[in-house]
Amino acid sequence: MITGISLYEILTVTSIIFFVGVYGFITRKNLISVLISIELILNASAVNFVAINKYLYPEALQGVVFSIFIIAVAAAETALAVSIIINLYRQISSVEVKDTEIMKY
Amino acid sequence: MERIIFYTLALIIVVFAIASVSSRKMLRSVIYLLFVLCGIAGFYFLIDYNFLAAIQLTVYAGGIIVLLIFSVMLVHHIEMELEVVKKARQILVGLLCLIGLGVFLITIYTHPFVVVENQITTTTADIGYKLLSYDDGGFILPFEVISVLLLAAMIGAIVIAKKVGSE
Repeated sequence: MITGISLYEILTVTSIIFFVGVYGFITRKNLISVLISIELILNASAVNFVAINKYLYPEALQGVVFSIFIIAVAAAETALAVSIIINLYRQISSVEVKDTEIMKY
Repeated sequence: MERIIFYTLALIIVVFAIASVSSRKMLRSVIYLLFVLCGIAGFYFLIDYNFLAAIQLTVYAGGIIVLLIFSVMLVHHIEMELEVVKKARQILVGLLCLIGLGVFLITIYTHPFVVVENQITTTTADIGYKLLSYDDGGFILPFEVISVLLLAAMIGAIVIAKKVGSE
């Protein structure tokens, strides 16, 4: 644990990151910006897992392992999303959310 | 000392997160996200999980940011400005997010956490044994599932991004 820092302060910071991500997710109109917001949300949850693991159950390692899984899933998701975005740009020459109205071709 | 580092990191993270979701230039937004991710790696170092910090720096700052920069470069003009939503909608969403943040913070600050004072250092070997143990509470099955998921995502990305007319 961090000397002099309580769990509440860490959870405050991660809540702020989470809601900044939600704000970006709703207001942005570009697919890559939406992806960036999702990264922010995932990171906030990963920090929460680690902080609660360290402060409340320092003997256990479950939080760390789940953070590793979150990072792996985020990497897979980003790779897929980027490939979908590039394919979409090839088909309709745009990555705006409002132009994306078809599921196939 | 730790307090100063923590507050500096928190300030960097919050400021750059807000800049990242409000910047009109795409590439700048990605670079601000890079600063946020490095700040979170600093959190991991501070909380004494060196392995997680290393993973954060290599996978996020090294891999995901490069992928995002590639896709921005392939898709956008570098000087292109993003269109933004209407001012009223921005304010409405901002207010809703503030209300949600308030609910979160009230819930957090009224919950009595039973904090265990400790200075335990977790080594990388501990995490490795935990990931690969098949006793009670081991994580061998999720570990294998994640590896299959990564393989499937890799193949899927190749299939999706392949040129349509090439087969």
